[in-house]
Amino acid sequence: MRVKIGSLEMKNPVTVASGTFGYGPEYADYIDLDRLGAVTVKGISVEPHVGNQTPRTFETASGMLNAIGLPGPGAQGFIDKYIPFFAEYSVPLIVNIWGKTVEDYGAVTEILGSQERVGALEVNVSCPNVKEGGALYGTNVDLFRTVVDEVRAKTETPIIIKLAPNVADIKRFAKAAEECGADGLAVMNSYPAMAIDIETRKPELANRTGGLSGPAIKPIAVKLVWEAAQAVDIPIIGMGGIYTPEDALEFIVAGATGVAVGTANFTDPSSALRVIDGIETWLAEHHVRSVNDLVGTVRA
Amino acid sequence: MNQEKTTVLEHRVFQGDYRLLRVAAPIIGPQVKPGQFVHLRVPRLEQAVLRRPFSVFKADEEGLSILYATVGMGTEVLNSVESGEVIDLMGPLGTGFPTLGKDKTLPVLVAGGYGNAALYLQAKNLPIKGGAFFGGRTAQDILCVGEFEALGWDVRVTTDDGSLGTKGLVTAALDPWLAEQDLDAVELFSCGPNPMLKAVGDRALEKGFTAWLSMDRNMACGVGACLTCVIKRKTEAGWEWARCCKDGPVFNAEEILWED
Ligand SMILES: Cc1cc2nc3c(=O)[nH]c(=O)nc-3n(C[C@H](O)[C@H](O)[C@H](O)COP(=O)(O)OP(=O)(O)OC[C@H]3O[C@@H](n4cnc5c(N)ncnc54)[C@H](O)[C@@H]3O)c2cc1C
Ligand SMILES: Cc1cc2nc3c(=O)[nH]c(=O)nc-3n(C[C@H](O)[C@H](O)[C@H](O)COP(=O)(O)O)c2cc1C
Ligand code: FES
Repeated sequence: MRVKIGSLEMKNPVTVASGTFGYGPEYADYIDLDRLGAVTVKGISVEPHVGNQTPRTFETASGMLNAIGLPGPGAQGFIDKYIPFFAEYSVPLIVNIWGKTVEDYGAVTEILGSQERVGALEVNVSCPNVKEGGALYGTNVDLFRTVVDEVRAKTETPIIIKLAPNVADIKRFAKAAEECGADGLAVMNSYPAMAIDIETRKPELANRTGGLSGPAIKPIAVKLVWEAAQAVDIPIIGMGGIYTPEDALEFIVAGATGVAVGTANFTDPSSALRVIDGIETWLAEHHVRSVNDLVGTVRA
Repeated sequence: MNQEKTTVLEHRVFQGDYRLLRVAAPIIGPQVKPGQFVHLRVPRLEQAVLRRPFSVFKADEEGLSILYATVGMGTEVLNSVESGEVIDLMGPLGTGFPTLGKDKTLPVLVAGGYGNAALYLQAKNLPIKGGAFFGGRTAQDILCVGEFEALGWDVRVTTDDGSLGTKGLVTAALDPWLAEQDLDAVELFSCGPNPMLKAVGDRALEKGFTAWLSMDRNMACGVGACLTCVIKRKTEAGWEWARCCKDGPVFNAEEILWED
């Protein structure tokens, strides 16, 4: 079940998706965090950030919209408040980071990349819900390179670049990340989307638009993982609507080395553990020795 | 805080739009404190990714019950659940009502809608029983008056249409009553629609008595992880976000920064 993302070793391929699992302690009463391949925490920027007004989420058919807007305690706040919590666990810690400017990305990387407890940085260049930077860095390949270059220059810690789904050709971004020295990719972030109340004629979210996640986006995510995997040799963490072991295996066959369980945590906090157990059983039943042997085995 | 597969023991119309759902929950039941809630996965609602939060009405060693109104897709499907079926619950969640302050001798309850259910355990646990003010649109919305009276509470009812008790908003009964009390002794506990909570909170600040409000916000995770359910909580520097599912749903009226 072991997989590697750069020098980050995961004892199984399953992590949780940033923003759906808080900063670590929130679900610790429900599942044993040490059973996960890694814990990925909510996006952190260099300074504390307030995020969007409410309503911030809205349920849709087989999915949900979110426009949380990346509120958070800032890099130092995260270190003070949450790093001590992880001392009690051995699970690898992936910290999702974001910035409003290239300099911000560099600064947060410097602070968090030098933390011994941080196993990898997942670089969010694709948040649909913040006006500055965010999605722009994820959809313009030149700006995208400046961010990945900056982050790479500031740390030796493995960096995983989280790609935006709403681009014409994800292969270009995947390649660019690899060329700039990324250790892995995360595919995909939630998809820009909207819902409107026809009676009030107002958008359901205070931010007006948000990101769609959950089973509704799974087929989109599988395709993007499949495309990105053909373009690069670095490992990919696939995500988007993963609820079951079969969902996760589909991503792996498409080309993902790791997978992340996101919205499913809200539906059932034990989702990630069920996915881990189910993958293990499936591999045994199908006489596949290592999950790595299954990665990208989709047939033409 | 646990996740438990509970078995439905009883499910019936309670009154008007409200149904009572009682489940065997030997893990969660005994842990429940007044004002806490459970996060319920509606069976057979596969296309919904989110659970639904409900205040605990009653709880004991064996299980717990909720009182719910049918307002949308989730509660509609919940209607069809039958005895013996399994319901996945997370709970007990949130920070509920505190016990009566040391210098307080006059507890007051103010409830509207399902707020009556949310306040029942608090009403039972409080060492002194004072005044209870229930408001609703019609007589059908006024729940559990007899049960609160049986606990020793002096219950006053108001309805918008005058079909039960005094005609008007709950404040129409509360204001004249409060005017005759020693406000330093008053500690008020409230759960109901937002305008009611705000009206109660405003009075607490104006008149200087202590009030605890249980806030209803849409929720996703229910455990403090997603930052959906936030309200503005006053700080020295201005305000910060507080999560209704974890830091609340019960807040001191003084803490809440109401928007518009
Ligand atoms: C802490 C807390 C305690 C509650 N206790 C009770 C109770 O004891 N009895 C009771 O009848 N109701 C209670 N509610 C409200 C209850 O959660 C909603 O009525 C229910 O979620 C509606 O679901 P639906 O699918 O039928 O409605 P829909 O409108 O179809 O739901 C769509 C989405 O909106 C959310 N939603 C809709 N209305 C509310 C609301 N008023 N509050 C929060 N989320 C909402 C749903 O959870 C769902 O995610 C409580 C809410 C909170 C936050
Ligand atoms: C409430 C919520 C908050 C999120 N916050 C972040 C975030 O802070 N950073 C980030 O890179 N992605 C964030 N995401 C996106 C998820 O990490 C994930 O990419 C996306 O939801 C798709 O996976 P899913 O369908 O399994 O949820 C968030 C998603 C949700 C639903
Ligand atoms: S509902 Fe997720 S933080 Fe409260």
